[in-house]
Amino acid sequence: MTNDAPPRWDRRMQQRLTHGEAAALGELYDRFASLVHGLAHRVLGDEAAADRVTREVFGHIWEHPEEFDPREGPLRSWIAGLAHRHAVSTLRRTEADEERPAAEIEEKVRAASAAARADYIVTSMPAPLRAALDLAYFRRLDYRQTAVRLGVTEDEARRRLRLGLQLLSTAHDGPRAVSPPGGGAALR
Amino acid sequence: MSTAPRPGEEGGHGVRGPHVPGSRVSESHVPESRVPAQRAAVEGGAGRSATPLVRSHPLLKSLLGAWALAACSPEETAAVEAHLTDCAPCADEAVRLRDAVALLHPEDSLDLDPGLRARVLTAALNRRPARIPVPEWAAPYEAEASRLDALLRDIGETEWRAPVRLGWFDGRSPVTREVTVADVIGHLTAVDTIVAGALGMADPLRGASPEERTEALWAAEQGDRTPASVRAAWRDQEQTLIRTVSFAGEAAAELPVDYGPFALPLRDAFLDRAFECWTHAGDIAEAVDYPYAPPSPAHLNGMIDLAARMLPGAIAARRRAGLAPPARGLVVAGAPGRALHLEIEGRGGGHWYIALDSPGATGTPEGEVAHVALDGVEFCRLAAGHVPPEEAAAGSLGDEEAVRDVLYATASLSRL
Repeated sequence: MTNDAPPRWDRRMQQRLTHGEAAALGELYDRFASLVHGLAHRVLGDEAAADRVTREVFGHIWEHPEEFDPREGPLRSWIAGLAHRHAVSTLRRTEADEERPAAEIEEKVRAASAAARADYIVTSMPAPLRAALDLAYFRRLDYRQTAVRLGVTEDEARRRLRLGLQLLSTAHDGPRAVSPPGGGAALR
Repeated sequence: MSTAPRPGEEGGHGVRGPHVPGSRVSESHVPESRVPAQRAAVEGGAGRSATPLVRSHPLLKSLLGAWALAACSPEETAAVEAHLTDCAPCADEAVRLRDAVALLHPEDSLDLDPGLRARVLTAALNRRPARIPVPEWAAPYEAEASRLDALLRDIGETEWRAPVRLGWFDGRSPVTREVTVADVIGHLTAVDTIVAGALGMADPLRGASPEERTEALWAAEQGDRTPASVRAAWRDQEQTLIRTVSFAGEAAAELPVDYGPFALPLRDAFLDRAFECWTHAGDIAEAVDYPYAPPSPAHLNGMIDLAARMLPGAIAARRRAGLAPPARGLVVAGAPGRALHLEIEGRGGGHWYIALDSPGATGTPEGEVAHVALDGVEFCRLAAGHVPPEEAAAGSLGDEEAVRDVLYATASLSRL
C-alpha cells in the first residue's frame, strides 16, 4: 500500500496544482479517487451520488489548492475530510428534500459519518494492525492462527487486535469531520 | 490452514452478522448470568490442558480485542465474559470494541468506473482552466497509464507471478512468448525510454529498437526487483514524460522519435505508447482474470487512426521483404491511387481509405477497390498481433489481394 506519501510529495503536489498543471490533477486523482469515492459511497450508498461528490471534491481542490495547510496534517487527511463534508452535506440535502424528521436525519448522518470515518481509519492505520484485523475478522482466524500467520507471538497478536479495534472505535467519537447543516467551510 | 471451531460462529461462511460475543456482553451485565459464565470457564479450563486457565486481569484485558472479534478459544471467551461482570473498565472497553467490530466492512469494489476520471478532470478544468494543460495527443497515454496503474495496484503478490502470454505477428506467423507481469511492465518501461530520449532525457541505448531495449532491460533485471519497484520505475518515467510534454506544449508535437527501424513524430509516439499500454494491460488482465475495458471512444479512434496511417508504409515494407505481391502500378506522390475502404464499426470507429500502391499516395473514396469492415476492438487486436490476419472477423468486398495485403499489413504493425 502506498498510503503514506511523504510530506514533501504533498507540498510538491500543492505547488503543482497552484501552478495550474493539469498533469498534477491527474496524478492527484489517481492517488486519491478511490479514497474519495469510497468515503462518499459509504455515506451515501449510491454510485451516482458518490460520482458527483468525487467530481465536487476534485473540482474544489483544483480551484482552491491553497486551502490545504501541510502543518495541519497530510494531504490525504485533508482530502478525506473534504470528501466527508461534501458527502454528508449531500446526504443532509437529500434527506431534507424527502422531508424526513430532523432527528432521523441526524441519526442517519451520525451513522453514515461513523462508518465513513471507520473506513478511513482502517485504510490509514499501521499495516500490521490492519493485517491482524483482516485475518481475524475477514478470514475468520482465531488470534493464535493470526499470530502464526503474521509470524508474531500470541501476545503481540492480541495486542494488535485490541489496538486496531481501539483505533477503529474512535470513529464513533468525533463529529470532527461533520459540518453543521449548511455550514461546511469547504462547501461552495 | 484449518479453522478451529470458534465462539460466536453460527456455522456458514457467508458475511458475518452482528457479533455474538457483543450481544453476550449486555447479558453478562445481568448478575444472574455470572454463575453459568464462571462455571463454563472453570469447566473449560479443567477439561483442556493446552489452554491454561486465564484469570489475571492484564491477560484478560489483553484478550478483549480478540474476544470482540470472536477470535479466542471457548475457554478464553468464557473467562473474559465472566471477568466482564466484575470489572467495569473492561466491560466498558468490551462494549466499545464490540461496537467497533460492527464498523468493519469488506472494502467496496475497488474498481471505479474508468470513465469517471475523464468526467472529474473535465469538470475541474472547466471550473479553472489549466495553465499547463496536457497536450491533447498525450491524453490517451495518460489515461491508459492511469488504468494500467490501477490494475497493478489491485492485483496481489501472487498475481504478479502469473505467467503472461505476449503475442505478436512476425510478418509470416504469430509468435508468442511467456513472461511475468514484471517483465511486461519492464518492457513498457524499456520502450518508453525511446520517447524519453527524444525529449532530451538520458538515453544510454540511443538508436536501439524496442526489442533490443526490452531484451537489455530483461537481461539486467533477472527477476530480483519487487513488484512495487517495477511498477514505480515505469510509472515515474511515464508521469515524467506526460509532465515534460505538458511544459513543452504543442511545439514538441512534431519532434521525431527514433524507434530504430522506423520513426514517428512525438504526437504519434504517444498514441503508440497508449496503444501498447492498453494492449499489455489487457495481456496482464487476461493472465490474472480481471475484466479490462477498451479505451474511451475518442482515444480508441486516435489509435485506430494511427494504425490506418501507418498501413501504406507497412504494405510497402512487406513488399520490399517479399511478403506481399508487388504494387499494381506506380503512383505519383500525393496523387490518388487505388484504395481500400476500411470501415471500423462500433465506438471510436469511422472510415479510412488506405492507399494501396505507395506510402506517398493518397487514399480516396474514388480509388476504392475493396471494402473491409470490422469492429474497432477487433481491429486493434489484429494490429496488436493478437489475432492472426486470416482469422480476423472481418467482412470484405472487392479485390481479395488488397484485402489480404491490408489485413496482413495490419498484423505486421505488431511487435514485441
